[in-house]
Amino acid sequence: MIKKRESFFTYTFLILVSVLSIFPLVWMIIATTNESVDIVGGKMTLGTKFLENYANLTAEQDVWRFFGNSFKYAILTTVLSLLVCSLAGYAFEIFHDKWKDLLFKIILMTMMLPFVSLMVPLFQMFSKANLLNSTLGFLLPSISTPFLIMMFRQCAKSFPLEIIEAARIDGLNEWQIFIKMFMPTMKSTYAAATTITFMNAWNNYLWPKVIMTKGNSQTMPMMLSSLTSGYVTDYGMLMLAVLITTIPTAIVFFVLQKSFAEGITGAVK
Amino acid sequence: MSLRKKQNIMGWLFLAPGVILILCLSFYPAIQALMLSFKTGTGTNMQWCGLHNYMRIFQDKVFRQSIKNCLLYLIIQVPIMLILGMILASILNKPNLKFKGLFRTAIFLPCATSLVAYAIIFRSLFATDGFINAILMKLGILEHGYNFLSHPTSARIVIIIALIWRWTGYNMVFYLAGLQNIEYSIYEAARIDGANLFQTFFRITIPLLKPTILLTVIMSTNGTLQLFDESVNLTMGGPANASISMSHYIYNKAFQGVPNFGYTSAMSFVILIMVAILALLQMKVGDKRD
Repeated sequence: MIKKRESFFTYTFLILVSVLSIFPLVWMIIATTNESVDIVGGKMTLGTKFLENYANLTAEQDVWRFFGNSFKYAILTTVLSLLVCSLAGYAFEIFHDKWKDLLFKIILMTMMLPFVSLMVPLFQMFSKANLLNSTLGFLLPSISTPFLIMMFRQCAKSFPLEIIEAARIDGLNEWQIFIKMFMPTMKSTYAAATTITFMNAWNNYLWPKVIMTKGNSQTMPMMLSSLTSGYVTDYGMLMLAVLITTIPTAIVFFVLQKSFAEGITGAVK
Repeated sequence: MSLRKKQNIMGWLFLAPGVILILCLSFYPAIQALMLSFKTGTGTNMQWCGLHNYMRIFQDKVFRQSIKNCLLYLIIQVPIMLILGMILASILNKPNLKFKGLFRTAIFLPCATSLVAYAIIFRSLFATDGFINAILMKLGILEHGYNFLSHPTSARIVIIIALIWRWTGYNMVFYLAGLQNIEYSIYEAARIDGANLFQTFFRITIPLLKPTILLTVIMSTNGTLQLFDESVNLTMGGPANASISMSHYIYNKAFQGVPNFGYTSAMSFVILIMVAILALLQMKVGDKRD
């Protein structure tokens, strides 16, 4: 009897939390198909105004240009970041000596630096180097992060040294060992790192707001934010923009969800 | 060249790109910012001013308000979120639970939204003509729409609710990952010994999850003290800066109106000091329980 009551309570609680988690997203999706007046009135059924909202949105903003910018920035950041950070994390563990251990501690300390304190000097450096409004300008500060280096160092700990020794005897050089043996073995860590990096790059708002001063190099979140500045909000159009901004991160989320959890498990150990 | 030496050189080559980027784009700017924080002026015309910027901080009412706001978000939101995440993780860890994957996906789903996007969803839900007001009026609880975002207390509460919504599932995944490393038989043994749910939670789950808890506490503290996107897009810092976050205020001071990079750097070091002190404190506390 106690068992039954307990499980009733458990399921009720889980259902409640799940509904609360999903509700704002469902509301957003329904809102993309309705007129602003109906959304304000609390209408919770699918409407027929999707194409109208789309026409309004594309008339107001060049949505797909910003989408393309964000996509380009996020993909490039992810590819470069994964390569650079996994190489560093791997080297900090496999080739470690006292100097590299010390350097690793210094790198970890930079994790505490809040981005706002770096923002002004970075802005000055980048404007001197003519990197404002450039793709490279967006990428550079987010390629190498202490968090990812730490994650890859942690997972390199579970990579057996005997395999490396055996590969060396077989005549593979260090680069080949990394590419052909380490990378394929650590798929789940790479998947977790991809999820984290892609999401961070796509969501990044403060840094592009600082350096992307020209409209045509701006990102999707910046465009989204600028849509709310008018006096009267067209909720249908706004929620459609929200939906478009959410699609790429949602796809990454669904594709990599399982390996994200696995990768985190490796890193938390 | 000996084999060992060759490997050592390879090691340095492997780390070089990552390390050089961090040294140039985090370490060096941090030192620059520290120097700037002792200077005053605009553009290239900067003079040393000693501790002037730091003294000014104490008189800056808005910055004091922003510190209070961030600490409020930290003290209220972080514990609620982490405890909720832990409870959900230990429920989802039960081997005989049905629809486990479905619940996990649903609760983790908010993490799929972009930060600016979810801030705007919550802004719309809580607007005077928004969904929450429409429902409250239909139920007869309110007569007129309540402007949640134009009252200081309710604006802060909306930020807290939004943060809990977005990040609980994220932290839950970390706890779930941590729980995978605990043998489920320990729980069964405790059950046989007569331990109830609360006892197993406090005596087994929490102590064994300690490293994961420490990680999530440090990550959330860091994130909350650096809160920016939500403050800008959800409440726009308002009403009258009542819900503004530290990063938001520093950004406004640096890039809107007449910039004073010296003063903004000094303010950003206040965040750095808070982050550092809290992280050290948390690590100390985390170590002691061993």
